[in-house]
Amino acid sequence: MTTDTGYIGRSEPRPNALRLLQGRGTFVDDLRFPRLAHVVYFRSPHPHARIRKLDFGKARAMPGVVAVVDGAALAKYCKPWVAVLAHLKGIKSPPQHAIAIERACWQGEAVAAVVAGTRVEAEDAAQHIEAEWEELPVVVDMEDSLAGRCVIHPELGDNICFDRALDTGEVDAAFAKADVVVEETYEFGRHTGVCLEGRAILADYNAAEHALTVYHSTQAPHMMQDIFSRHLDIPEGNVRVIAKDVGGSYGIKVHVYADEMATAALSVMLRRPVKFIADRLESFLSDIHAREHKAKIRLACTRAGEILAFELDDLTAIGPYSVYPRTSGIEGNQVVNLTGGPYRHKQYRARTRVVFTNKNVTCQYRAVGHPIAVALTEGIVDRAAHELGMDPAEFRRRNLVPDDAYPYTSASGMKFEKLSHEEALDKLLATMDYRKLRAEQAGLRKKGIHRGIGLAAMIEVTNPSPAFYGVGGARISAQDGATLRLEPTGMVTCMVSVTEQGQGTEGVFAQIAATAVGVSMDRVRVITGDTGVTPYGGGTWASRGAGIGGEAVLQSGKVLRANILEVAAAILEASGEMLDVRGNNVVDARTGETKLSLTELGRVAYFRPDTLPMNFQSELMVTRHYTPRGYGFAFTNGVQASLVEVDTDTGFVKLLRHWCVEDCGTVINPMLVDEQVRGGIVQGLGAVMFEHCLYSPEGQLLNGNMADYLVPMAGEMPDVVVAHVSTPTQTSELGAKGAGEAGTAGAPAALMNAINDALRPFNARVTVQPCTPERILKALGKV
Amino acid sequence: MDPTVETTMTVNGSAVTRRIPARQHLIDFLREDLGLTGSHTGCEHGVCGACTIRVDGRIVRGCLMLAVQADGRRVDTIEGLSDSGELAELQRAFHRRNALQCGFCTPGMLIAAQDLVLHQPGATREQIREHLSGNYCRCTGYQSIVDAIEDVLAARRK
Repeated sequence: MTTDTGYIGRSEPRPNALRLLQGRGTFVDDLRFPRLAHVVYFRSPHPHARIRKLDFGKARAMPGVVAVVDGAALAKYCKPWVAVLAHLKGIKSPPQHAIAIERACWQGEAVAAVVAGTRVEAEDAAQHIEAEWEELPVVVDMEDSLAGRCVIHPELGDNICFDRALDTGEVDAAFAKADVVVEETYEFGRHTGVCLEGRAILADYNAAEHALTVYHSTQAPHMMQDIFSRHLDIPEGNVRVIAKDVGGSYGIKVHVYADEMATAALSVMLRRPVKFIADRLESFLSDIHAREHKAKIRLACTRAGEILAFELDDLTAIGPYSVYPRTSGIEGNQVVNLTGGPYRHKQYRARTRVVFTNKNVTCQYRAVGHPIAVALTEGIVDRAAHELGMDPAEFRRRNLVPDDAYPYTSASGMKFEKLSHEEALDKLLATMDYRKLRAEQAGLRKKGIHRGIGLAAMIEVTNPSPAFYGVGGARISAQDGATLRLEPTGMVTCMVSVTEQGQGTEGVFAQIAATAVGVSMDRVRVITGDTGVTPYGGGTWASRGAGIGGEAVLQSGKVLRANILEVAAAILEASGEMLDVRGNNVVDARTGETKLSLTELGRVAYFRPDTLPMNFQSELMVTRHYTPRGYGFAFTNGVQASLVEVDTDTGFVKLLRHWCVEDCGTVINPMLVDEQVRGGIVQGLGAVMFEHCLYSPEGQLLNGNMADYLVPMAGEMPDVVVAHVSTPTQTSELGAKGAGEAGTAGAPAALMNAINDALRPFNARVTVQPCTPERILKALGKV
Repeated sequence: MDPTVETTMTVNGSAVTRRIPARQHLIDFLREDLGLTGSHTGCEHGVCGACTIRVDGRIVRGCLMLAVQADGRRVDTIEGLSDSGELAELQRAFHRRNALQCGFCTPGMLIAAQDLVLHQPGATREQIREHLSGNYCRCTGYQSIVDAIEDVLAARRK
């Protein structure tokens, strides 16, 4: 690196935002191709039904129709998949096809495809498919599923997808000797990501080359390249996946969706480009849902306020299939790993059971498992503080893993390199002026105004090593790469395997590349999201882009700088050690005097290499990769606080203010990190305030549209104060950890605790999310 | 089957005459027939605001208006409002404040924001939040958008 930190730590605006600000980005639905056909899917109206008959006669006769295809016909082009991983012991799931064959297992599962010249024609034709169904018994409630009176997939024996238990030992003894034991059961409603751009894919099969190019709104182009290759039986090198602008993802677009696989298979079958854009109604029915949990948690502590043990019994329902290739066992697994995570108790026993139901599938959505684990932990911690008559901030301070205790292994076995819980809590309490707020709260209570202050400490999984997926057999890259090329004019092109979804990846990489090479940011162009162009890598998920991709850019940039200096030394007939690259020029390392512009260097290296020594060859394109090692994950930590006012007559909650202090190590661009944290917090607040995929007892989604499924709007959200503690990871030179999920991980717990803090004078608590006005009034005994 | 109606409208300053299916929404006409893909379809039922455009100077949902209803009217989209420079101040402020992430809501958000700049120049922070409540953003948490608009309003008041 340069002697200074260059662009690292500066709030630079993102260069790639300019096209989006003029509506000149390229989302999949903006692409136009010759012979492009459009597919719409005919979806099951029943949550569980045998397909007796599908009559395509009338649909096929409709104007513009190219093909109407069922699951059996498409299965010749696309192999089914089974979403299990070896490190999730005992996980099971049945084979899933691109289009369901014989049976639909949730309302919204596609059972036929209609391909036509335009989307309008395809939609018109789909209405003329005649289906006969035999409705089958439905499993909707997860406790019914566990009881197993009706087994959805009889060949699996029961409805249990995955069952994991963890026990440190001596848990019963810890509870037996405790002065105080608190126990509570919490429920979490399923919700979903609601990306403003629906899922989108355009598959373009070239029959002559047996090659497939896929324009895909995805987070993981290389993972999808591998999957298209294996399931459509096309050599990997013939599959190219391109992710241009992606209109929001949050984990929703990192999974294999049957209808997207079907779209690619249809392109192969029909030998022409085919596009599928999920509309909003089918997005609610088919984008992965997440977070449907019911969990009992117990906490044992001493009278003095020392937490001795946690015990957790979690149940979660995932729909009829584990989702490929990451599986739907990870969320429950994370709840087990993360519950109690910030604290220094030694005893812990936990179990999660993951069961099948006849609802839409669930899988990893932003902060996977964290919002559940943090809400369970922080909810019961507040409850214990209340039992002890201790201030909740003080109770946390006594139990957080101290800042000087690292490296540290948690009761659940998670290894922490270095966290900063105590410093973060101190900073939070100072930033929000906790004491003053408590005094204000007490004063207002006397006037009948019920404000609540909720705290939530948390840990977050970032920068995952191969331990997350690779060890289980998933072909998902844990390493990423960056290629940097000096162009003849002195510009730098930077190609990275991590993708941009709006979080600012490309901007951050430009900052790192400019700093590492010694050029100004306006000289750097970043290219991501194209398996035909970038190095191989994992893409964007688990808060890994900046920490892993960023380190690859840094290392690549350092080597490019050294190679530039070799060229400069050859041109100037000087020693490379006496030179440096600064401000787009080769300079004298000591005096800073300009010796050669990069424009001139590029000209000589590319167009007049004949003027350089006979045995000299310039290498102005460099690739470096980075794999996080040493720890399974670069854990981060943070603490949030929420301030609310509850109207105890209506049950309405007004969000007044929210604070977050988090530690993502090196902050490359404070403005982008803060905005990631705020956006994440708002998604987390949405989960407690509004968001819920409501199913009828018969398994019908009741609110699958944007008018009825509520997401946070500008007018309802508070200003969010974000502050940082910075503990760079020593596992990389850059020192960056992830920041994308911290907000979502901690906000639901902080808000739920704030609401319950407001309700404290009434001895009322809400333990079911979303904490709707109705639930609050019920807790108050008013309805 | 699919009756069409001859329709003439002015789109971003240019006259356009087409036979348009009576059932086609304005947003689909703009995107599919004119290639103006800057306006986005997020929900197609009038909730999210990603398709916000201007018709005769007023902001409308492109997904709730039929294209034939634009007959004789002036339609402005993000492409035209960018090229004319009308949105330049807001675009600069959005860029400086990073008031966008994925950018899918941004064209609609900017046109809604410009409506506020034109008609409610004295808007408070709360009024900005209220005005934007017909435009969903799933990425930013809204704060930077509010900040950016506040910056523009404050600069204009000076």
